[in-house]
Amino acid sequence: MRTLAFDVAHLLAGTMLALSFLLLYQVRITATLNVFALQAIALSLSVAWQALIQDAPHLLVTAAVALVVKGIVIPTALHRIVRRLGIHREIEEVLGAGPTMLIGLGLVALSFLLVLPVGEKVSILAREDLAFALAVILLGLLMMITRRNAVTQIVGFMSLENGLILAASGAKGMPLVVELTVAMSILIAFIVFGVFVFRIRERFDTIDVRALDQFRGERRDTP
Amino acid sequence: MAMMIDLAAQAAQMLLVLAIAPLILGITRKVKARLLRRVGPPLWQPYLDLRKLMHKEAVLAHNASWIYRAAPYFVFAVTWVAAALVPTYATNLMFSWSADLIALVALLATGRFALALAGMDVGTAFGGIGSSREMMIASLAEPAMLLVAFTVALIAGTTQLSAIAETFATADVGLRVSLGLALGAFVMLAIAENARIPIDNPATHLELTMVHEAMVLEYSGRHLAMIEAAAALKLALYFSLFACLFVPFGIATADKSPEALAIGLAAYIGKIVLLAVLLPIGETAIAKMRVFRYPIFLGGAFAASALAVFLLFVSRSF
Repeated sequence: MRTLAFDVAHLLAGTMLALSFLLLYQVRITATLNVFALQAIALSLSVAWQALIQDAPHLLVTAAVALVVKGIVIPTALHRIVRRLGIHREIEEVLGAGPTMLIGLGLVALSFLLVLPVGEKVSILAREDLAFALAVILLGLLMMITRRNAVTQIVGFMSLENGLILAASGAKGMPLVVELTVAMSILIAFIVFGVFVFRIRERFDTIDVRALDQFRGERRDTP
Repeated sequence: MAMMIDLAAQAAQMLLVLAIAPLILGITRKVKARLLRRVGPPLWQPYLDLRKLMHKEAVLAHNASWIYRAAPYFVFAVTWVAAALVPTYATNLMFSWSADLIALVALLATGRFALALAGMDVGTAFGGIGSSREMMIASLAEPAMLLVAFTVALIAGTTQLSAIAETFATADVGLRVSLGLALGAFVMLAIAENARIPIDNPATHLELTMVHEAMVLEYSGRHLAMIEAAAALKLALYFSLFACLFVPFGIATADKSPEALAIGLAAYIGKIVLLAVLLPIGETAIAKMRVFRYPIFLGGAFAASALAVFLLFVSRSF
């Protein structure tokens, strides 16, 4: 039952999940960006391995796109944004790191419990990939909810998208067009985010998104 | 006759950990001193310290109860038993049926309980603060340690240390993310449990940050010698556990010929010395943490070990 193909796929997908947890755990912005780049590299390795064992060469394109766009371009751009905003040495206050971890563990357990019985008919490889992907997606969402800094929220969103690609690579017969479209929309979303961050900064002198709550008239009690 | 040899092998292991424990401490101190460009004490300094403390007079507070006097011996005994149970140079020794991972965690917890009681016994402020911090660390570290134990137990199919070491040393375990995560969690826990940087600094008496030192501040003479010996043994225990769980290569398994035992012994000593050199290097590279960061650090260890268990469940076909 245990073959090398399965073991390596398990290793790479498991590494991605572990890196998702590391993202939740990091409080320094530059470290967060580095972990995100690492996760993208793990993703591209995982997709490349899927291309090998599924004998699907078009997945190699996906892997290359993931490596170049998300492993190199987006982290470098985010590093530059962070540097230009002058927050590269800042430590973010994360609300309740302990409870966040526990919620994250709960989400992982939930996604495993959800996917494993659903995918009885598909191969164990695809099923496991799906379980890992769902967990990575939920952890990305959790990161977006718990962070206050706009840049780390972007990282959360991108990490969520990593999970989507992982899910797509596990399913057989995903057309290349769809993947390319997703990759393009991510890039466009990233550009929009970048502009957005600078606009927030211009108006509020901070990129702490709590300032937006105050602006809308909610939570007036916050300083 | 065979039983005599078995007993001798077990006794050799018990004496080995006791004999090697201060040396490990000596090596870590020496390496750390050299890294800081100091000459450092000689390697056998911990032995001399223990001898000196044994000959000194033990000073007791007026209101010290029997708990205060008994605790050092109790802690030493418990730690020694725990350290002697971990397979060092060979598996399947005489008492290895009792060397259960969960029993090991329980033994250490008993020792810690006694020490925390002793810290509060005399009623000084430092003892109390040390006990309270030690218990905070323990309450976070023990669940994580149990999860690490479950991870290796799920892979090996047993919680018996000797059998786990044998499985990992001989059988093909495959590529496992779970083991990597368990390893990371174990290293974090070992650092926290042994009061090393970044959780605690074993070489300082700074009131604000000390944990272990605060609890044993009132001890002197032979009592302090027992406590120091127990601390050294605990470090030796974690090193042996690391060697036995994650790098069991070279350990003598079924073959109990003198050559295999000699190889096992040499491999064990080599691994321990390597770990004793790596620990101070890691310690020198990082700064000590604030007390309020401990839960996050240990929470990370807990998350990693819990993730390891989850991953094991996924990779098994239901």
